Amino acid sequence: MGVIGKGVKFAFAASLLGGVFTAPAIAAEVTNYAPVTKQRLENPEPGNWLLYRRTYDGHGFSPLKQINTTNIKNLVPVWTFSTGVIEGHEAPPMVNNGVMFVATPYGQVLALNAKTGDPIWRYKHQLPEDLFQLHPTSRGVALWQDKLFLAATDDHLIAIDAKTGKELWNTKVQDYQKGQYMTLEPLVVNGKVMVGGSGGEFGVRGYVAAFDADTGKELWRTYTVPAPGQPGSETWSGDAWKTGGGSVWITGTYDPKRNIAYWGVGNAAPWPGDQHPGDNLFTSSVIALDPDTGKMVGYHQYHQNDSWDWDEIDSPMLINMSYNGGQPFDALVHPGRDGYLWVLKQMDEGQIGFVYGKPFVGQNAFKSIDAKTGRPTVDPEHKPTTGKDVSFCPSLWGGKDWPAASYSSETQLLYIPANNNMCETLKGKKETLVVGQLWLGADADNAKLLPHDNHIGELQAWDLKTGKQAWMHPFPKSQLFASVLSTAGDLVFVGGTNDRMFHAFDAKTGKLLWEQKTNSGIMGMPVAYEVDGTEYIAIQSGWGVDAQRIQDMLAKTDLKLDPDVPQGGVVWVFAVKHE
Amino acid sequence: MPTGAADRDAVPDRRCVLCGGAALALAMLSPAARAEDDNPARSARPQAGDLLAFFEGDHAGKVIKPDDLKAGGPPVIAWPMEPKSKVLRDGSRFNQVLLVRFDPAALGDEDKPHAAGGIVGFSAICTHAQCTVAGWVADKQVFQCPCHQSRYDPKNGARVVFGPAPRALPALPLKLDGGSLMVAGPFIGRIGMARPGMG
Repeated sequence: MGVIGKGVKFAFAASLLGGVFTAPAIAAEVTNYAPVTKQRLENPEPGNWLLYRRTYDGHGFSPLKQINTTNIKNLVPVWTFSTGVIEGHEAPPMVNNGVMFVATPYGQVLALNAKTGDPIWRYKHQLPEDLFQLHPTSRGVALWQDKLFLAATDDHLIAIDAKTGKELWNTKVQDYQKGQYMTLEPLVVNGKVMVGGSGGEFGVRGYVAAFDADTGKELWRTYTVPAPGQPGSETWSGDAWKTGGGSVWITGTYDPKRNIAYWGVGNAAPWPGDQHPGDNLFTSSVIALDPDTGKMVGYHQYHQNDSWDWDEIDSPMLINMSYNGGQPFDALVHPGRDGYLWVLKQMDEGQIGFVYGKPFVGQNAFKSIDAKTGRPTVDPEHKPTTGKDVSFCPSLWGGKDWPAASYSSETQLLYIPANNNMCETLKGKKETLVVGQLWLGADADNAKLLPHDNHIGELQAWDLKTGKQAWMHPFPKSQLFASVLSTAGDLVFVGGTNDRMFHAFDAKTGKLLWEQKTNSGIMGMPVAYEVDGTEYIAIQSGWGVDAQRIQDMLAKTDLKLDPDVPQGGVVWVFAVKHE
Repeated sequence: MPTGAADRDAVPDRRCVLCGGAALALAMLSPAARAEDDNPARSARPQAGDLLAFFEGDHAGKVIKPDDLKAGGPPVIAWPMEPKSKVLRDGSRFNQVLLVRFDPAALGDEDKPHAAGGIVGFSAICTHAQCTVAGWVADKQVFQCPCHQSRYDPKNGARVVFGPAPRALPALPLKLDGGSLMVAGPFIGRIGMARPGMG
């Protein structure tokens, strides 16, 4: 495994003063870096974490099993590293042959020795001073060949030399002063770096765009909201498409066999559906794109004319499965923000078929689901509209927001970080769009969360073959707002609770096996990796953004939560202590 | 130190400090003003003698007169305007100003030195996460930031009365000159967040 250690070359010699080691400026470089190729991304080594969810299919599963249900009790921290910034640390620590790359809020990327935690280099993107920070976070850097790619909150896509941390190119994707920004980890397919834009709350028109990994040149851009005359434009009225939302802010999944990338698309803007009549394609949908051209080859809209701020942003997981004893098929699985577990079917040309949709949390907005098409029949009593207080379940954060579920090919269970028992009231109001200013079309200031049980967060395990829940672990007096990792050691890891805990469960039974209190709340994505024969689990602890927004709102309810969850990012790495 | 910052400086068209503020306001500008796209005055902070112009709406880009402001609110958002060239200082969101008018007797001691005819001015950039403080809670007469619900009391130095914002909005001293509303001096205090990521 050619890595660092001996391969680390310090550019500046550390000074030794009277035997006291002065920490060197972080200015080393990686030698013997293992370039990230098409073959490696399509068949990643078990010990590395090269993609957002380790594999293109989005499973968030590690085949490592050195850490397992028997020895998890001996899992201990082996190193930590303070990132130096506050707010939501949501990115997975990416690992390539012993080098860890960590993206943090405020445009920072750290390269660390994955075994020791020693810093190698630190990249800091210089953000504009007047940048707004509605979602100060990053969901990770993408890897391709010897480069990293950062989608920054000032809407610039940046290529970084993985060995030195030097910026190689920097492309302005859109204009942050118009409310456009990026937070997602890019998806790289065959040298094309794909990103999507955030800004649905600012009335942008969403898109997915691809850039040449070598030059940063834009190759194509596909809008998620069609212009007049384009397919789907008949589902919009007047000029609503120009500000129709449909932002894209979570990494897509990819099927190499069919050469199709799947992207989740955000809600229509502004929030209340009566302000943008029609089905509003392709918002709250999954879209299938040809990564070579950007051509849309298929789609499925989970729900029409969104009014609940239910971005269906999390890209579907690609799972070969059977249902009710039928023949195996290639499924697209999406535990939705709308509170339904959606199972769709991949067709070879890109079209998407419907298999089933089942609520996994209390949901009162849909009266029924069409058995053939999956189209929900909406209950108007629970659909937010302009000028009227409307209650609905689940809340605008949904049954599951962007944090990723995980699928274990060992247990064949799907693990969903869900929020249940949390409804909301919201009143729509007409607002004039001012470019660059928040534009919700609703009185968010007076919106109320309505928790109706002692617990909200639930880690749920679902058997997709039967469409039934296998087990559920409740988290009293807390939301669950973090991504899940499952491993071949029959373990499920997740943070996400306001008590700062990092939890590990038995993947088969749901029994809580291990916990570690960390510096802050965890809203990050755990990963498993291996260096020199040792398996490690890594997670960023750093609370903020929407986990904190929910905390603030729950503090005003009968749950009376303490709104003060400490902030400040730390990378934690764990391994089993040998007895 | 390979942070990338130095490299970035070598590449043009990055910071975009001159690439326009609110597009709506820009679209409303006169051709003469648009021709000033490269004018550094657009990004310069407000200065003594600057006029103030509407940021948004039907009157975007037009000079604000005292009578345009209704006593007791709501506030309006303004761009400073260089008085001779009439160039709007719209090159940075940091130049957005909140103006609101009260009975002068209702103003607290912190506001009195900087007010003009009961009109007070503050930075419109939230000190928490730098969103535009575009909300107004009429019954309490306080500004509200829509992003994280921080509230500021404009009758008392725009001090924080609710929410995560760590400090007051910086005041912009105002004066009346021959009936015209003008800036009397630079912002008092640092605009926006203390330092990205550091609270």
